[in-house]
Amino acid sequence: MGADHDEEASELGEMDVRVRALESVLVAKGYVDPAALDVLIDTYQTRVGPRNGARVVARAWVDEAFRARLLKDATAAIASLGFHGRQGEHMVAVENTAGRHNVVVCTLCSCYPWPVLGLPPVWYKSAPYRARVVREPRAVLAEFGVTLPASTEIRVWDSTAEVRYLVIPQRPPGSDALSESELAELVTRDSMIGTGLARAPGGR
Amino acid sequence: MSYVSHADLGGRQLREPVAPGSELPGPFHAHWEERVHALTLAMGATGMWNLDMARAARETLPEYDSLSYYQKWLAGLERLLLERGLASKDELRTGRPLQPPVAVPRVLRARDVPAVLAAGAPTERAPRAPARFAAGERVRMRADAVPHHTRLPAYARGRHGTIERVLGAHVFPDSHARGRGEDPQWLYTVAFTGSELWGNSGIDGPLSVAIDAWEPYLERT
Repeated sequence: MGADHDEEASELGEMDVRVRALESVLVAKGYVDPAALDVLIDTYQTRVGPRNGARVVARAWVDEAFRARLLKDATAAIASLGFHGRQGEHMVAVENTAGRHNVVVCTLCSCYPWPVLGLPPVWYKSAPYRARVVREPRAVLAEFGVTLPASTEIRVWDSTAEVRYLVIPQRPPGSDALSESELAELVTRDSMIGTGLARAPGGR
Repeated sequence: MSYVSHADLGGRQLREPVAPGSELPGPFHAHWEERVHALTLAMGATGMWNLDMARAARETLPEYDSLSYYQKWLAGLERLLLERGLASKDELRTGRPLQPPVAVPRVLRARDVPAVLAAGAPTERAPRAPARFAAGERVRMRADAVPHHTRLPAYARGRHGTIERVLGAHVFPDSHARGRGEDPQWLYTVAFTGSELWGNSGIDGPLSVAIDAWEPYLERT
């Protein structure tokens, strides 16, 4: 019996076994509705992600009135496109310019604007990113392949409260003829965290 | 007893690269990770603890540094379940209920998930007093170590900055995490120059860092 158990454990992995036991107990005790878990997982795997934020950025690029609302009250402006709720209750949008490049981090845990970007990538939650980006952002950005002019100020936003930050990257040159939905395709997840730039039109 | 957060990483001298290119797509990289994420949200919805208590449970895990992100979530959730008497160690080990359940205030039902996520949990509250500071004012962050959960990063302690934005009164984590109620306090965006935080020789170009800080963290200069 012990051998069977060990075999099962190694096939499934220690973490799978531990989490399965946890879930079984919580469901059996009536604390958790298993169907609710399925809805939660589906939401964050398929419904919420950085394409939401890309729509916000593209709208700001083409609609000056929306851009102004976004910079004044990002929570309301983003909600007007249908994105709001958990971990995006209090949004602030910060715009990159020729003189200033914005980067977002949460040094204390891994706060991230879920409704517009989904759940964070592993590197965003990692100790090196959280430790280093407030101190040597240029070195960190170089690891993402991003080099900025020496005169550009880097502004790092450390998400220490329940305010969540969305970076509005600069609109790439040569994108004047593109539609709003084509522009959204240029907006990468990393460009909305500040560790990337928007793609050039026709680029990779 | 002293309170040690292992999560306060800003400015720590780590040499490891961030390694952004090595990542698989998608938010979860193992089946158990998605289960842990969903279980944490579902148990948070029971009302047996709040978000600040959950953060405190995770950041004080003795093995914090060696755990992956969702391992921290799992260990934090198990810890809260044990502390609140919702489950026992034997139950978590065997996966079988051995004791009767505790009555919880709410159970999150599948049909309610979209509305609960859409509503979120806003933290802004009606202020109880006028804001002490205004945009443009210089302030100094409290310098003393805090013997409980806090959201003032160590790198900003004792540093001088400028108020950039007044964000309204918000639930105060230092109180909320300790079961002392929401205790709303004014929240401000405070900006620091890179040289104020790290010295002129410690930065690699023009830099400013902004944090969001509650009024009790701030002192007049």
